[in-house]
Amino acid sequence: MSTTEATPDTRHAMGLPMKRKEDARFIAGKGRYIDDIVLPNMHYLAIVHSTYPHARIVSIDKSAALAVPGVKAVITAEDLAGAGLAWIPTFHGYDKQMVLAVGKVLYQYQEVAAVIATSREAAADGAELVEIEYEPLDPVVSPFDAKTDKVLVREDRENKTNHIYHWEVGDRAATDAALAASPVTIDERVYFQRCHPAPLEPCGSVADMNAATGTLTLYMTSQAPHAHRTVVSLVTGIPEDKIHVISPDIGGGFGNKVPVYAGYVCSAVASIVLGVPVKWIETRTENLTTTGFARDYHMDVRIGADKDGKVTALKVTTTADHGAFDAAADPTKYPAGMFGICTGSYDFPIAFTELDAYFTNKAPGGVAYRCSFRVTEASYAIERGMDMLARKLGMDPAELRLKNFIKKEQFPYPSPLGFVYDSGDYHATLHKALDKIGYAALRKEQAEKRARGELMGIGISTFTEVVGAGPSKHFDIMGIKMFDSAEIRIHPTGSGIIRTGTKSQGQGHETTWAQIVAEELGLDPQNLLVEEGDTDTAPYGLGTYASRSTPVAGAALAMAARRVREKARKIAAHVLEAPESDVEWVDYAFRVKGIPSKSVTMKEIAFAAYTNHGPNEPGLEATYYYDPPNLTFPYGAYIAVVDVDKETGHTQVRRFLAIDDCGTVINPMIVEGQIHGGLTEGFAIAFMQEIAYDDAGNNLQPNFTEYLIPTSLEAPSWETDSTCTPSPHHPIGAKGVGESPNVGSPAAFVNAVMDALAPLGITSLDMPLTRDKVWRAIQEAKRA
Amino acid sequence: MFPAAFEYVAARATDEAFAALAEHGSDARVLAGGQSLIPAMRFRLARPSVLVDINRIAELDYIDERDGELRLGACARDHALETSSFLRSGRYPLLADVCAVVADPVVRQMGTVVGSLCHNDPAGDWTVAALAARASVVVRGSGGTRVVPMDDFLVDSYTTVVDEGEMALEVRFPTPPARTAGAYLKIERKVGDYATASAAVRVTLGEDGTIATASVALGAAGPKAFRVTGAEQALAGARPSAAALAAAADAARSAADPMADTRGTVAFKKQMSAVLVERALRKALERLGQKMENVA
Amino acid sequence: MKISVTVNGTPYERDVEPRTLLAYFLRETLGLTGTHVGCDTSSCGCCVVLLDGDRAVKSCTMFAVMADGHAITTIEGLKSGGTLHPMQQAFSDQHGLQCGYCTPGMMATAIAFLKHNPNPTEAEIRDGLSGNLCRCTGYNNIVKAVQQAAAAMAEPAAAS
Repeated sequence: MSTTEATPDTRHAMGLPMKRKEDARFIAGKGRYIDDIVLPNMHYLAIVHSTYPHARIVSIDKSAALAVPGVKAVITAEDLAGAGLAWIPTFHGYDKQMVLAVGKVLYQYQEVAAVIATSREAAADGAELVEIEYEPLDPVVSPFDAKTDKVLVREDRENKTNHIYHWEVGDRAATDAALAASPVTIDERVYFQRCHPAPLEPCGSVADMNAATGTLTLYMTSQAPHAHRTVVSLVTGIPEDKIHVISPDIGGGFGNKVPVYAGYVCSAVASIVLGVPVKWIETRTENLTTTGFARDYHMDVRIGADKDGKVTALKVTTTADHGAFDAAADPTKYPAGMFGICTGSYDFPIAFTELDAYFTNKAPGGVAYRCSFRVTEASYAIERGMDMLARKLGMDPAELRLKNFIKKEQFPYPSPLGFVYDSGDYHATLHKALDKIGYAALRKEQAEKRARGELMGIGISTFTEVVGAGPSKHFDIMGIKMFDSAEIRIHPTGSGIIRTGTKSQGQGHETTWAQIVAEELGLDPQNLLVEEGDTDTAPYGLGTYASRSTPVAGAALAMAARRVREKARKIAAHVLEAPESDVEWVDYAFRVKGIPSKSVTMKEIAFAAYTNHGPNEPGLEATYYYDPPNLTFPYGAYIAVVDVDKETGHTQVRRFLAIDDCGTVINPMIVEGQIHGGLTEGFAIAFMQEIAYDDAGNNLQPNFTEYLIPTSLEAPSWETDSTCTPSPHHPIGAKGVGESPNVGSPAAFVNAVMDALAPLGITSLDMPLTRDKVWRAIQEAKRA
Repeated sequence: MFPAAFEYVAARATDEAFAALAEHGSDARVLAGGQSLIPAMRFRLARPSVLVDINRIAELDYIDERDGELRLGACARDHALETSSFLRSGRYPLLADVCAVVADPVVRQMGTVVGSLCHNDPAGDWTVAALAARASVVVRGSGGTRVVPMDDFLVDSYTTVVDEGEMALEVRFPTPPARTAGAYLKIERKVGDYATASAAVRVTLGEDGTIATASVALGAAGPKAFRVTGAEQALAGARPSAAALAAAADAARSAADPMADTRGTVAFKKQMSAVLVERALRKALERLGQKMENVA
Repeated sequence: MKISVTVNGTPYERDVEPRTLLAYFLRETLGLTGTHVGCDTSSCGCCVVLLDGDRAVKSCTMFAVMADGHAITTIEGLKSGGTLHPMQQAFSDQHGLQCGYCTPGMMATAIAFLKHNPNPTEAEIRDGLSGNLCRCTGYNNIVKAVQQAAAAMAEPAAAS
């Protein structure tokens, strides 16, 4: 027996800004990313891309490529068809996609052939020499043109139409009636442009088929290694016990590393056929032009209100551009993801939303870039809509929001579009933001500047996110339910190993997961090793994206830790020679009720589990598979202050304040870092990013000279703070936060610029708010 | 991503470089900083079969002030110029402005001024500034060595008077006389982007405070950077004033001949040329202690 | 062709194709995978290394043959004995990295930057790092890391 090691009122690990354990290898250059993996006799794969956006493939001549020294094989769809791999399912069960172009190319840069060689240079030399004859076809680039079906993108589908699906939720008739009866309405088209997550590390794989054991080892940049293993098994017929997916260190995901790409499949096929490991690492151009894009929603937003600004109804009608395949990795029953969150933070009595999705001759994707399954689009629509409503009413946008917020007392709040928001105090968070930014003083300054003709703007965004997919009743990806898992094993000397079904791409799980378990067990987080990404050892999970890790796997960790603690308690009873019912866990130690001196630490019990377990099962480990009872609803209040240069159209972001509420915070340093990163992405989207195709179907942003990532000079300096409204249904009250800043910030920026331009009579501009777009709007307003 | 194969010659002396260029003719390219050439080679847009590397020729790496000129050898790096005592002295404000915005701070540690002039990207910074600064370039070829004024140096996009077998060895920036200041401004969507528009100006005031001479040059406003002689004429003899600056800006707008692209429409870019000329002139005049009389 | 390059203090003699980029020479010929490749237009800076001690260069925009006779310092060469370079320590202390992919190049640029500007303002730091991209951190904490490193690296100079 010994006295407890922890002092009574010290938090052990939860909520502490603990420095990251994973840093040690990254700051030393000892991270192990996909391109760092080198296997003996490894070959390299280079992909040949289509220059045409829409064309029949007349012929492919491999001979010149095969003649290049070092080139071992050239694969086309014809070769894949032999293995039944010409087409694979997309994560969105409604559709399938070509691996390499089958008979036709459907978007510029589509993958047509794969060249495998003994060196990267030989593969590149060979790729240049593959001769492809095309018969160009007219491309269809706009989803509104696609709607007419004049040009059919997908001849392979049973229904000869570009219309993919229709989705709706809510009460159409009641919403239309309420809008018709409303004294004030706004009706605006809001476009969230196609953009791309562009993590700094491109996608890649190293496939290694071991013919002797029949095992395919697939190193790949995967945010969801188990899901990928299952898909590979389903499409290749190789049983899952013979597929080993290893996701190593990943240099940024942001949803880019969720879909299955041609390179993964071709590297696996090449390894099987050639009997050597095959590496595929894409170039930045390939990443931007072929991997999963984000957004591309044209949204008509209608909001009704009474004369005092109380909202009466919301209707959002969307045209969605999916590119050539529906590869948006949404849950099966939710083809438009969580778009139903478009009622936002407001108490709409009635609402309706519908969406029609179309194929176009563009790259496939849709769900990416910190979007939480389309929450970015939904939040943008409502936050822009509310600002436009405020302007029409002549009301301050903060006042309009405060008037319509769901009240604290209304939680758990059933929204008219089917969500049950878990908790929130929107009024408190917005008030905190308004106070901290000095809102009244800023409005005064704005009035003075306006009198002098200067364009200053203040933009607010009060978003509610929905993350943590999700309860098995509603959510699955290709049929696989969206639970997540944790396995904890404590060693005799009090350290331990933790494995989950998630996969960090920079979010700091090696630290935060250790903090959760350390807190539950009173152990040192420095000695809790966290492993993710190896499908042979990690318990099954659906991976990391859409801010689901903390809500789902974080919960699994807490629950698994509590199972460990419960087992430890039994062993403690034996060690303390007391009845089980008398042993309690207080101040990170087990003690006998009423006899504080009779206590023992978890570290001591760990040893006892192996040396003195008594009548109990020896060892100290537990697993938990967590099926969340609900999603979680992080939220925030963001305020942007901008100055627009009338002469050049340039917007200077003077200040940006983000108040986030993600419930319980595991590590405030990591949360703050996530906010900074997401805000910078939102800034980029608002001001400089788009993936645009011209009328001929040419991709105009195929590399970083056109698809712009802000540098430290353009990026504003971010101010952050928080409120804390724990999730009542989560074991540690945590909601998750990674995607929030990208969800909430674009509208704050756009609302600010529109506020600055309001005196000129400009009402609505679409992102990106480039200099020339703003300048042209100012010129047109002058002429009007 | 991976360049096509080529042969490589590491020249250790200027004569050796010329010998290699003579031997290989149009198949050869000079490699100095490589910050424009190597990216082009990685996309296989440039496919020289021979690269003649001049980075080891010590006699080409200098920055000197001599005979009323700041002279940079072919291997003088942007960053070396930026941190040189000459620019830190404040006597070359136009060049200092350019150094701060060329490419990005890392590319500047390899990129050369002469290389940038020879590359002659329509949106490049050094060509615009060199025109406004009335610089000249020393070119050597089989016919001997000649000094080419910047006005004659640029031929068309990516083409200069440097012919096959020739090499630019030095750029000379006249040391600004008294009562002279320049400025360079550019609009870029982010650091490292090609310019949306750029303007370089240099103004010399007479003893009476009027503008004795002015140079105005535009970049990203045509197939190559060029001087706006209409603006220069509008300024010569004028008293610094908002009206004079507006006249120069108008001339710039008329002369600008940009292409529409993702950075903006023709109308937008032309107007930006005008705005930058006006702002650059303002900046240059402020450096000379001149506050403009504002005409309402 | 044969080249001689000193990397992190160790001399190497290797045979390379002229077209081999310095980034791939470091990563594949020498196995120093700490230097990363993130783009194909010299935009991202993940590949930045130090040339001859104090010049930050984009190793994807340089041929290995150009480094013949020169010294390169990569992230693997920053640690001295068992002690982290102040920049490495600062990046960890200030949470200046998340996925770690931009970090090697970012630190190299920052080290070269501080050599020329040892006492920078925040604006100067943001300008000095503008040749390196980061997607994860939003730069706030990278700036703080460089400020911490600047203070730490200034101390010996103050003492001398």
